[in-house]
Amino acid sequence: MKKFKFAYCDPFKCVGCGICELVCSLKHEGRFSSSTSRIKAIRLYPYRNIALTCVMCEDPPCVKACPRDALKQADDGHIVVDGEKCVGCGLCVEACDFGVITLHPTKRVVLICDLCGGSPLCIEACPEDALTLTTHDLRAQLKRIVAADKLSR
Amino acid sequence: MYGYIGRILYVDVTDRSYNIMELDEGFARKWLGATGFGIKLLMDHQEPRIDPFHPGNPLIFTVGPFAGTMVPCSSKFGVFAKSPLSNLLGEAYSSGFWCVELKRAGYDALIIKGRAEKPIYLYVEDENVYFMDASHLHGKTTWETEECIRRDLGDYEVKVASIGPAGERFVRFACIINERYRAAGRTGLGAVMGSKNVKAIAVRGSGAVEVADPEMLQNKCLELYRRLQGPTTSKYRTLGTPANVLILNTVGALPTRNYREAVFEGAFQVSGEVLNERYVAKIQACPACPMRCEHVAEVKDGEFKGVTVRVEYEPIWALGPYCGISDLNTIIKAIELCNLYGMDILSTGVVIGFAMECFSKGLISEKDTGGLKLEFGNSEALISMVESIAFREGLGDILAEGVKRATEIIGGVDFAMHVKGVEMTGYDVRSLKTAALGYAVSRRGAHHQTHGAYSFDLSGKVDRFKAEKGRGRLVVEGEDLYAIYDSLPLCKFTRAAWRGLDEIAHVYKLVTGFQASTTEIIKCAERMVNLARLYNLREGLTWADDTLPPRIMNDPIPEGPAKGSRVTHEELKLLVLDYYEARGWNKHGIPSTSKLSELELEEYLPVIRHTYNGGEFEV
Repeated sequence: MKKFKFAYCDPFKCVGCGICELVCSLKHEGRFSSSTSRIKAIRLYPYRNIALTCVMCEDPPCVKACPRDALKQADDGHIVVDGEKCVGCGLCVEACDFGVITLHPTKRVVLICDLCGGSPLCIEACPEDALTLTTHDLRAQLKRIVAADKLSR
Repeated sequence: MYGYIGRILYVDVTDRSYNIMELDEGFARKWLGATGFGIKLLMDHQEPRIDPFHPGNPLIFTVGPFAGTMVPCSSKFGVFAKSPLSNLLGEAYSSGFWCVELKRAGYDALIIKGRAEKPIYLYVEDENVYFMDASHLHGKTTWETEECIRRDLGDYEVKVASIGPAGERFVRFACIINERYRAAGRTGLGAVMGSKNVKAIAVRGSGAVEVADPEMLQNKCLELYRRLQGPTTSKYRTLGTPANVLILNTVGALPTRNYREAVFEGAFQVSGEVLNERYVAKIQACPACPMRCEHVAEVKDGEFKGVTVRVEYEPIWALGPYCGISDLNTIIKAIELCNLYGMDILSTGVVIGFAMECFSKGLISEKDTGGLKLEFGNSEALISMVESIAFREGLGDILAEGVKRATEIIGGVDFAMHVKGVEMTGYDVRSLKTAALGYAVSRRGAHHQTHGAYSFDLSGKVDRFKAEKGRGRLVVEGEDLYAIYDSLPLCKFTRAAWRGLDEIAHVYKLVTGFQASTTEIIKCAERMVNLARLYNLREGLTWADDTLPPRIMNDPIPEGPAKGSRVTHEELKLLVLDYYEARGWNKHGIPSTSKLSELELEEYLPVIRHTYNGGEFEV
């Protein structure tokens, strides 16, 4: 069972403002940039928007792909990058199906969502409440409740 | 520096060279941001009185200290050059990701001079500039150009600002489009870009914007985000600017059929209410904007099914009521075409409305239009004219010169709606007399967004039907405030949310580390407006150009709540002289020596010595 919570973005609520990227880079690097953000806001024309970040896979392929054992999964599911071991080879970037691991633009290290220690700033800052800390199971549960409510009326 | 990057990229496309100039603290503090940088750089980098299509006309893109930070609604940029419509200051603003990327690439401003031998596009990637062949992009629409460049460079996240077929053909009101829906629309800067043989500017930046006090700024911005979702911005978050259709129609200030009327019988059909109900598919945001107002409309049925484009009040007005069109499907299609071809929608609508009136008066006939019945309300004719203007075919070739130049061939001076050669925008200023003054003296020709003076009239703060002393001061305050917003930059839709200029000055301190009082910031704005005046004087402006279209002064509004309103010659004189006085300018609209000294503009004193100084203010 998938048990790790991650920052889920509802594409119907997301407006593509990229505030999640701005606060993420500020929190982790002390400056505003997109290239050092661990969450990525994406706009697809004509009007689709979504933000993507690490989904905290179980048995994560990025960890398996690392030739230097620089990546480990913590108890809350986030991937811990060992800055000493990581050389920024990018094999984990290749292994990630969601494209949410990126190379730091200047340092030889990869960037992955660390959940801000439990309460992600992107979720707090999102003006549309499009981001929530949840699991796929919890989302399914919400849908079940709505369906149950309708079916039992 | 914090907030500012401290660098200007200077590109010469003639010899394919570029260099990076320093933008120091003194310059930053004196000129504040986008507006100040643009006017100052244009003044200093353009040889006086050259033709707007001369390679020496610099095309300047500027950003301010807030862009690229989390300050709400700060992703805006200015574009400047000598305008091919007015032969005076060309100034336009756009929003979106492009300017944020320019800052991340490491620049506060980009100056493009010269003329490339063959069509090129610029690719700015951090400190590198590449002069890319654009022969395969020639003739492509702005949307195709953007897609094509992303594909060519193999980078989806590259941000593109481009011109369409209209800019390539020097349509005098061609614009520059970025990210599909965003336009540096007014004063024909797309034609200047076309004259340089520059099809697009693609930007990619891996850098960052640093601020003086990250922690305090974060707290402040999170507080502002909450406030910007409150009642002060509800208009923009719900109906958006299209709410103005019914607002202006109700007060009788919705320019209809080339200003023949000020009330439109089809207003409801083209209202923000109907748009939201039947067309708006998504409301999305510019970068760092917590209130989001970008209404993207999608046509659901009929001939234009599937057409999807951003809608705002002014485009709907220009291609709708102004041309007597009440069919939103047609209007949305025409908006899409203007975006694709890269034409300022306001000017496009005004020249077509003008041509429709010419047709009704017999100044042009079906012989000139190729059999087209160019009548008010004819949807087919509207779409067809948008096409022929963009490609300069037939009558479109004349209209592509703008309404002022078109009168030289067609006639119709009495109902040519422009100020200083720049077409009017969507407010009937005959019953909005503070706005009328704003339009008459606006440094970039007819426009509402250099002063916002309509808000004094519409909010009831003043008697909108009356011209009186004191309006000059209001327009001065409006111009200065708007210059500050455009400079920092901040979206003007946030203006009701701020707790005064003090709060903005506080955020300026958190971003830049510069302590600046509100008085100092207003002085910066005053400096910009005065330098813009000096620029315009240098390029040949006189007080006689601070006027309004003849119809505004001669033809009273025929029907509706504002029936009988016009701005008489006497009223205009009173208003303009009141404005000059409030600005510290003489009765010929020339800044005084002491005003220039006060604003530390002494180096430009020679400009006023060589300026025409005679004659009485007459209209």
